[in-house]
Amino acid sequence: MEHECTCSTKFADVDDLRPLEEIIERYGSEKGALIPLLQEAQDAYGYLDEKIMREIAKRAGYQFSQVFGVATFFAQFRLKPIGEYLIKVCHGTACHVAGATQITDEVANQLGIKEGETTPDNKFTLESVMCLGACALAPIMVVGDDTHGKLKPTSIKKVLKHYAGPSGSQASEGDDAE
Amino acid sequence: MSGNGNGHAYKVVLGYGTCGIAAGATAVKEALEQEVESGGYDVDLDIAGCMGLCFKEPVVEIFDRDGCSVVYGDITAKKVPQLLEEHVGKGQVIEDWVVKKSEDPNACDGDFLANQLRVVLRNCGKINPESIEEYIEIGGYEAARKALTSMTPEEVIDEVSTSGIRGRGGAGFPTGTKWGFARKSPGDEKYLICNADEGDPGAFMDRSVLEGDPHTVLEGMILAGFAIGARQGYIYCRAEYPLALKRLDIAIEECHQKGFLGENIFGSDWSFDVKVKKGAGAFVCGEETAMMASIEGQRGMPKPRPPFPANSGLWGKPTNINNVETFAAIPWIIAEGGEKYADIGTEKSKGTKVFCLAGKVRRTGLAEVPMGYTLRQVIFDVGGGIAGGREFKAVQMGGPSGGCLPAEKLDTQVDYDQITAAGAIIGSGGMIVADNRTCMVDLARYFLSFTQDESCGKCTPCRIGTKRMLEILERICEGKGEPEDIEKLQILAGDIKDASLCALGGTAPNPVLTTLRYFKDEYEDHILNHKCAAGSCPALITLYIDAETCTGCAACVKVCPTDAITGEKKEPHVIDAEACIRCKMCLSRCPSESIIAE
Repeated sequence: MEHECTCSTKFADVDDLRPLEEIIERYGSEKGALIPLLQEAQDAYGYLDEKIMREIAKRAGYQFSQVFGVATFFAQFRLKPIGEYLIKVCHGTACHVAGATQITDEVANQLGIKEGETTPDNKFTLESVMCLGACALAPIMVVGDDTHGKLKPTSIKKVLKHYAGPSGSQASEGDDAE
Repeated sequence: MSGNGNGHAYKVVLGYGTCGIAAGATAVKEALEQEVESGGYDVDLDIAGCMGLCFKEPVVEIFDRDGCSVVYGDITAKKVPQLLEEHVGKGQVIEDWVVKKSEDPNACDGDFLANQLRVVLRNCGKINPESIEEYIEIGGYEAARKALTSMTPEEVIDEVSTSGIRGRGGAGFPTGTKWGFARKSPGDEKYLICNADEGDPGAFMDRSVLEGDPHTVLEGMILAGFAIGARQGYIYCRAEYPLALKRLDIAIEECHQKGFLGENIFGSDWSFDVKVKKGAGAFVCGEETAMMASIEGQRGMPKPRPPFPANSGLWGKPTNINNVETFAAIPWIIAEGGEKYADIGTEKSKGTKVFCLAGKVRRTGLAEVPMGYTLRQVIFDVGGGIAGGREFKAVQMGGPSGGCLPAEKLDTQVDYDQITAAGAIIGSGGMIVADNRTCMVDLARYFLSFTQDESCGKCTPCRIGTKRMLEILERICEGKGEPEDIEKLQILAGDIKDASLCALGGTAPNPVLTTLRYFKDEYEDHILNHKCAAGSCPALITLYIDAETCTGCAACVKVCPTDAITGEKKEPHVIDAEACIRCKMCLSRCPSESIIAE
């Protein structure tokens, strides 16, 4: 997808609280704004560091337990930093039937990491996610902002190679579809 | 649409939804823009949402001056120059690439669409979802204008009740009745919520509607807000759908500019506004009370009902929640009349239902059919049957709350009651087709691992019960099942169904119960014979090479991570069963399908 690159180079440092201040100011005292606050903080910092969550609690008027409770309830929130490219392998039903387990296994094998881990060079983080809603192209995975469909375990190496170069070099979309 | 719009010789429309983009539509878009510019073609380029022809993405539809159109499938950037040169330049249709022609709906794969009846998807793939003008041009917002300027809220509810439409989110509760409850509930402050948290794996119709026709959903919400007396609406949309979120934001902004949302809409004394709430990834938030907790900024955990949302919902106020697909049908019902909608379908299930065909079916995509079609009609007439010439084994309906129906149930009509009686549910409309290579025990295990993972943990039967069921299923798939396991699963399933707090737990055992009902022999085969006939469960299979068909190309040798495959060049190869870790890399690589898993 063409909008909003979320590569790690754009993430703010957790010691720099200016982005957070700006986010909190925008939501002001809006009712029920905790989830959007955490979402935007994660967009800005790449993950939710304890320091950031404590600042949100203090500045937006929540108990820290409330903030931490919400952050750990929803699958989207991450408490650890991620690599430059987040790889999300879809494990929806259609992808499962089409062999998503083998896709995850092969990505893990190629990168030498387990699910939920980041490569030592901070390039890739591997995650399994629930249905991304592109079932017709199963099995699929999303690398950064690009969706790759109709994958085979044997096509993983080629897909990853596109991203392994210097930062910013990316694959053209769908080139691995049959 | 009449003609092709604004006086160009041709209008070229590119399907630009998530499926299309994932299949390479962005490159096609760039190529089209470049070629039209450099070739000087007299063409109006436009985008549209998903037509539902996911199996042919990227899709391009070309309209001539008379409004006749040809749909081309599997278009790549490389094919674009030829497409424009022949069709637009010379007026010649490239027959090999055609999916459908408007004057010959059955051409090629056109019967995918010819066998459908589109109400909810009526505009998807036809209009630019980022342009309110295109929606208005085909009669958009007329139903809302009519209702707000000439109908009472009660008349709107009556019309919806007459249509007989039932909630398309899964539970199938009559929408008119639900609105009636919210209308009658005392209080000045009421809320309306659109459930766009399409969490069922295998369902993508809500995404497609939001991406392809967001204004229809907003118009349905305006009508519902007016009917129940809500002045604020929320759309709770999954964060996994960035394109849907983007198009909703654009659509809401356009509505504000036109005065269709905000104060005194359509010049009436009615005010209504809509806000988008982005979900944060929790399947349980599809449950009404959990969704409201999440909108309030809390952990998304369900609450016991009563009180029902119609009496005490968001912020303790009367609240009405409907699904995207339900809202998308409302403008059509108000414009065409409830009776016309009620003419479609069966006695107790009116109208049409959108199904997402996926899995081992030949044509994957969106199928909107009248209620009462048989499963066979949906899977074989619309879907074109099983991919790769294999055998139909089962269709999984309703996601983690649903069930799997076997071949002998293919003549069941799609109707809430008949599908439920057969052991599955219509649910949100996911239809995953399984062939003889899909293991039903593994599929049940998959769904249990999903619900176990998504259980919010509030009530014990769901939190611990699903965990115990999953452990048993994992054991069976690993070849360590015990003969008593089947009975244990049945007892646990009954208890979890009876005692869980919300529908997530209450329906979690369904995938196990239906597979036990129709595919018990597979469970027994796993437990007693340590065999997985589908060749799926790694612990129970052996991989070997068919010496008759193996060409000795050695492609498998290159991908085997344990060097378990050996053989002379151009001679049949063999797999060393001791060294093989059954990762099936070779299976997906073999060009002659000579590797067999049993």
